[in-house]
Parts: sequence; C-alpha cells; structure tokens
Amino acid sequence: MSASAVKNATALPGRRGLRRSRLARPSEFVAESLLLFAALSAVAITLGIVFILVRESAAFFTHVPIVDFLTDIQWTPLFESPRYGILPLLAGTLTVSLVALAFAVPVGTITAVYLSEFASPRLRETVKPVLELLSGVPTVVFGYFALLFVTPLLQKLVPGLPGFNMLGPGIVIGIMIVPYISSLSEDAMRAVPMHLREASFAMGASRLQTAVRVVLPAATSGVVASYILAVSRAVGETMVVAIAAGQQPNLTFDPTEAAATITAFIVQVAMGDLPHGSIGYQSIFAAGLTLFLLTLSFNVLGWFVRRRYREAY
Amino acid sequence: MEPGTHDLRVLIGRQRLCDVLFEGLGAFMLLMSLFILAALFINLAIEGLARLQPDFFLDFPSRRAGQAGILSAWVGSVLVMLVTAAAALPVGVAAGIWLEEYAPKNWLTDVVEINVTNLAGVPSIIYGLLALGLLVHQFRLGESILTAGLTLGMMILPVVIVSTREAIRAVPQTIREAAYGLGASRWRVTRDHVLPYSVAGILTGVIIGLSRAIGETAPIITIGALTFIAFLPPAPVSAVPPFINFEWLSSPFTVLPIQMFNWISRPDPAFQSNAAAAGLVLVILTLFMNAMAIWLRYRARKRIKW
Amino acid sequence: MVRHFHIDNPTMKNDSSTAGVHIPSARAIESVGAGGFRSDLLRSTSKSSAIKAEVRGLDFHYGGFRALKDVSMQVQANEVTALIGPSGCGKSTFLRCFNRMHDLYPGSRYDGEIRLYPDDVNLLAPDIDPVETRIRIGMVFQKPNPFPKSIFENVAYGLRITGEKRRQVIHEKVEKALRDAALWDEVKDRLHQPATSLSGGQQQRLCIARTLATEPEIVLFDEPTSALDPIATASIEELIIELKERVTILIVTHNMQQAGRVSRYTAFMYLGELVEFGETSRIFTRPAKRETENYITGRFG
Repeated sequence: MSASAVKNATALPGRRGLRRSRLARPSEFVAESLLLFAALSAVAITLGIVFILVRESAAFFTHVPIVDFLTDIQWTPLFESPRYGILPLLAGTLTVSLVALAFAVPVGTITAVYLSEFASPRLRETVKPVLELLSGVPTVVFGYFALLFVTPLLQKLVPGLPGFNMLGPGIVIGIMIVPYISSLSEDAMRAVPMHLREASFAMGASRLQTAVRVVLPAATSGVVASYILAVSRAVGETMVVAIAAGQQPNLTFDPTEAAATITAFIVQVAMGDLPHGSIGYQSIFAAGLTLFLLTLSFNVLGWFVRRRYREAY
Repeated sequence: MEPGTHDLRVLIGRQRLCDVLFEGLGAFMLLMSLFILAALFINLAIEGLARLQPDFFLDFPSRRAGQAGILSAWVGSVLVMLVTAAAALPVGVAAGIWLEEYAPKNWLTDVVEINVTNLAGVPSIIYGLLALGLLVHQFRLGESILTAGLTLGMMILPVVIVSTREAIRAVPQTIREAAYGLGASRWRVTRDHVLPYSVAGILTGVIIGLSRAIGETAPIITIGALTFIAFLPPAPVSAVPPFINFEWLSSPFTVLPIQMFNWISRPDPAFQSNAAAAGLVLVILTLFMNAMAIWLRYRARKRIKW
Repeated sequence: MVRHFHIDNPTMKNDSSTAGVHIPSARAIESVGAGGFRSDLLRSTSKSSAIKAEVRGLDFHYGGFRALKDVSMQVQANEVTALIGPSGCGKSTFLRCFNRMHDLYPGSRYDGEIRLYPDDVNLLAPDIDPVETRIRIGMVFQKPNPFPKSIFENVAYGLRITGEKRRQVIHEKVEKALRDAALWDEVKDRLHQPATSLSGGQQQRLCIARTLATEPEIVLFDEPTSALDPIATASIEELIIELKERVTILIVTHNMQQAGRVSRYTAFMYLGELVEFGETSRIFTRPAKRETENYITGRFG
C-alpha cells in the first residue's frame, strides 16, 4: 500500500465520503480556543497578583531597606518618622492564628473522629452541610460577633481584658475554620480502608482504640494537611481582626493584648485616604506580599502533605 | 479460671466506658458548633430585629442612627453581584470545561491546574490589593461597581471552576462515548450532553460562590470603596430608549457588608443595632443561598439516574 | 511472521505468501478500483460475501503497552463477525479501533491499516476525521447508555448531528429506526418520556435504534447483552441476526454460545493477537489452534 493510495483514498467518493477534516470544522476550533482562553485567565490572575504585589513592593523597598523591613521591631508608617518593621504585624498575625488553632484543632479533630467513626451515616450527612454554614457566614458578621458578644463574654472570665484583644477574634476565627478541619480530616479518615479497622476490631480493640491507634495514624497526613490549610485561612482572615483586635501594631504574643495583624493593617490604610504612589500606599503592598508568600507556603506545604496521604493506599 | 480473665473484663469495661465518654464528647463538640451558630443568629436578632422595618430597606444611610437604612447598600450589593456573576460564570464554567473535556496531558494543563488550586487559597484581601493596583489605578476603572464586581468575580472564580469540574466529572464516561460513537464532535458532546446534565451542579457552585462574594468585605474596603453613599446608581433599565444603560457600572456604590462594617465602627451604640440588623439581613441571605445550593444538589442527585 | 487470515482458507495456512493468493493486495485493489473490486470479489468468493473492511497488520499501543499485535483479517459485508477470547485479550480494544474511539484518550497510537470498502480508505490514517468515521460506523456499548433525554430525542440525536433539520424527515427516520430495533410498538405512545424509564433490554434496543437512525454501514457491538437478563438477551440476538441484512456487524462477546448463535465468522483473540479466524461453524467444531480449542472447551478464560 503506497502513500499515494492513502492520498487518493480521501478523495474517493464514498457513500458519504470521509474528509480530512479537523480543519473543516471552524466552530470546533473557535470553541476550543475560547475555552482555553478562559482557562488561562486563572494563570493571568496569578500573574496579575504577583506583578502588582512585586511592582509596588519594589518601589517600597527602594525607600525602606529590606533588612529594616524584616528586623525592625516597630511598624509606624503613619508617624512623623515612620518605621517599617513587619515583625509586630507578623507577631499579631501569628498570635491570632495560634489562638484560632488552639480552639479549632481539638474541636475539629474530635468532631471529625466522631463523624467518621461513631456517628451514623444519616447524622453525618445532615450535620456536614450545617457545619459548612459556619464557614459561610460573612466574616464581617463574625467580626461583630467577636467584638460585641465573645469579647464581653471573655471579659467576665478574664478580668482586665481590654475591649480590643486578640483572644476573642482568635477564638472566633477558630470557630470559622472548624469546618475546614473537620471536613478534610473526616475525608482523610474515611479514606482509610475498612480492612485496617476490621483487623483492629478483630483483635478486640474498642471503637475509640481503633480510631485513635489505627485510623488516626493512617490518616495523619490528611489530618495534618487540614490543619495547615486551616492555618492558611486564619492567617489571611481580615475582617474579624480588623474589627475586634484593635489596629495598633504591637510586638507581643500575649493574646489578651490588642494588636494589629497584617490584614488589619491593610484595611486600616485602605480606609484612610493615602495618595496613590505614596510610601504609605506602597507599604500595604509590601505587607500584602508578605501575607501572600506566607499563605502560599502554607498552601504548598499542605498540598504536598495531602498528596502523600493520597499515595499511601 | 485463667489468671487475668477478671482483669481483662475490667479492662474491657473501662474501654467501653471510654467509648461512651468519647461519643458524648463528640456529640458535645457538634452541639457546641451548632450552638455557636445559633448564638450568633440570636445575638443579631436580639440586637437588630427591632430595626428590620420596611423603612430600613427604603432609607439611605444617615448620621442619625434611627433614620438610617440600607437602601443604597442592598441595591449596590445586587448590582455588584450582577457584575460578579456575569464575570465569573462564563469564565469559570468555560475553564472548568476546558480542564475536564479538552485539556491534554501536558505542562500547560499542569500550570492551569496549579494556578486554580493556588487561587483558591489566596486570602480575599490580596484580591483587593490586585484590584487596587490593577483595576483602580492601572485600568482607571475607579472605585466603581464594575471594579468591585470584577474583584469579587476573580475571587470566586476558583469556586466556580472547581464545582464545574466536579459536576462535569459526575457525567458518566459511557454517556460521552455514546455521543462520540454517534459521530458527535467534542464541542457537540459538551454542548448537547455534558453541560445540560451538569447544570445543577454548576449552579450549586455559582450560588455558593456568590454567597461568599455577597458577604465579602475586605477586598471592597481595599479598593477604597468605604464612603458615605446616600444615593442610588443610575438605573440599569429605563422607560425611554435605549432602555438599557451601563452608566451604573462606573458609579460609586456601597454594599451590605461595608455598610455593616461602617456602623460597627461607630461608637454610638444606636448604630450597633443598625449593624446587627444589616448583619441579620446578610446572614439570612447567605443562609438562604446555601440552603438553595444544598437543595439544588440534592435534587440533581435525585433527578438524573444513570 | 505476518499472519493473514482469510475466510476462504479452510486449512489455516499461516503463510503470508499463501495468504497473498487469497487476499487481493493493495495493488490489486488500486488497479481494479472501488466498484470493479467489489464485483470481482463477489465472483471470486462464495455466496453473498463482499469485503466491507480489511484489517492489515494492525498494532495498537496505549501508554507504552502494545495491546494489539499485528492483527490482520477481513470483515465480510452483511454478515455477523464475532470476536471472542478471554478478558483482556484485546477484543474490545480491537473493536474500538474501527470507529477510532481510542482517539478520545491521550497516549494511544495505531499502526497498520483498517481499509473500508467500497471507498478503499484507511480508517486509521491521521488525515481521516474520526468524527466522520463514527457517523458511518455505529457502536452499541456494553451497558445500555441512553442519554437522559426523551426516547425520541435519543434516536433523533444522530440525525441532528448530521445536520438534519426537517422535522418530517426526523420523525420518519426515528420511527423507522425504532421499528428496525423492534422497539416501536413498545414506545410509540411514550416517545417523549425519559429514556431512563425503559427497562434494561428496552434501553439497549433504544441504543441500537439510536445507532441505526443515521444508517451506518457497520455497527460495532461491544458485549451488548452482558448487562441483560436472558430474555432481553434473546431479543437482542434476534435483532442482530435480522440487522445483518442491511448492515455489516462486528460483535464482541464473552459468551461463546452467543457467538455460535449469531455469527457467520468468528475471530479468536488471545493476548492481543488474532489466533484464529474463520467460519464460526468450523472454529467451534474443528479449531486449528491449541489455544482456540482450549478456550472453546472451557479450559481457560
């Protein structure tokens, strides 16, 4: 069969003919191009974020040495003689996130173990969407809740707690991220094969022993990944801290004090009227870049940990 | 009697007790979460229910708490959501289709996938910074409804993409093969089968995305839209030709969560009732949207049997 | 060794030079031309048979795995040809080459040819559009897979794809296809109900009607009754036997009785190779190969 036979063949009149045609269908090409274009928008947005953050931060760092930014212990960009040390904002962010984790990790993990190993399927299917409503409540409402409900409540337990503090918003953010932990951890635990549980039960272990000694260790990376993703959420949370944690940068790890986080600072500056191109304007992009890198590294870490558990079975 | 049998029984009894205790603890944790949700709602209701009169929806914000309302805020929210949906729906669905139905196995697909995953984890305030630098100052769109809508559209894009992909993946491969087997092209298979059968799932994602966008505050503050707005944008539709205009897109605006934030930050407690009332409206709205999404998902599962 | 199987080859000579005597070579086809070739062949072979398709040295790879190894055979027009063999032998893979189904999945590669007559084109040539191929070569799948649309829309879908817009024509062709699939009487009063409301056997006949509506030249059946009960299976088999009057049929089946009941020719495949090919009656009574005999007598598979 020669090449010419093939070439002639396409031209031969069959009952309907077989054309050489992918190109003969322009609508296909148009559709595919448009879809690809839409998919590339995700890449474009990421590039846009990196471009804007880096461009404005670069301008910022021509005024502020990067070493000062990373080591100075004061952040007073609006003062007469401004200081630009990110550490106080980082400390605030970290403290709030730790409080949130201290609340959400036990509650989320216990809820996950309970739903995965103890609860009936019906209860599980009913409760999950309701839990997810917790993370669907607008953050500004949670801010209100932290400032006007949780903090007054805490003031009764912790005498001398100021109206603005990191404890209240930390706990409220913890409430917000419980669904992330419980839902992702539960998925990880339910992915543990049944035969592992059966092996444990067959040896006379109780449900709790099986859950704690067999299921939880087998699901470790999934559970840990859920913690990491939850931290990433807590770090990026804005309104709750902007409303209830105060807006004074304060290098402290004491949750009963008021302090600003990175996000709260950005909101504070954006609420004012800083001229475009001023160093104050650029400072929020430098803070934003720090936040972006922080959450990005948490997300990447969480992604890697999670991928490991997928490969486990 | 074997030595230790008694001990064993004691041990087993103790473990059974631990089981029961833990089950109680788990149920308590669950109830606590539900209780907090209820507390939040009741707290808002106690503070704000009295303010939820018709006037509250028909009045502009005011310096006097008792006369202030959310007219400009809810109109702004509706208009911003229109832009958000118009931006995120087509782009997100198209991107989801490309990833599921068209994407070849190569580096380009990997890059797109990684970006979608990454965007889903970017804090909302970063989208605000992107919008401030790019939309407000670079493209000079100003602190407008268009800017806000596009910002929130970018923010919920990953939600729409991910839910589109999940919905599309639920369409069995055998259905695709049936259509391909009849000589349908890729686009025809997508248009005639994959999309129609996954509409409910896609809508679920869009509604969840919009419910997130409608309560989002931080990116809107970041683009600088925290101003006193006591007027409505020009109406999108009018009685005289050309009936539809787009001036409203470039109008200044306020939205519900911004209005609420604004009232929270006032020292006068009278405004805090306003804040609670606005919060109540927001919570009811988002709960309603979420419930709708859950109902849609449930109905879709029940309706189509493969 | 290149093995060509020809149906007129009762003693299974596995010699390419011998086979060449029986199979018109590409050169011969070229010189005779499409129409001439056909009548020529009618004279030279027994009874009704003209060749509808000819597989030449077909190799198929996916993901670095060689799933088909140098398969060569002929498909007789207006006959039923069965593909049998143990699971994983490549019979479904082979079937799905005919309508280029593998093109849907990345990492697949065809070598060799499937020539379709009377056009005399290589279906596997890269410049042949798989979409067009699938319009001319229909397929019925293992599990009934009606679209979640109405019964009518399921059958009309192929017509709509081919650009038919006249309502009258669509109605006529849908009715004809449903009659051909022996389903008309059961569904004529409920054409606009969802196809998923039909029973499994009805659904499979609907899928056959859906395929027939566009009047394909070959219909590929991929274990069409494996998900059905015995009664539904019998009606599908009956249908297949009737259909061969109008179309050429290739059927993959794991059920040897079924192959015996419906097919005129049978190909036995094993580990991606075509082990034996010939008239069904002979394959089942006097298999020439040890593997075939083992399989038929139930020693493996």
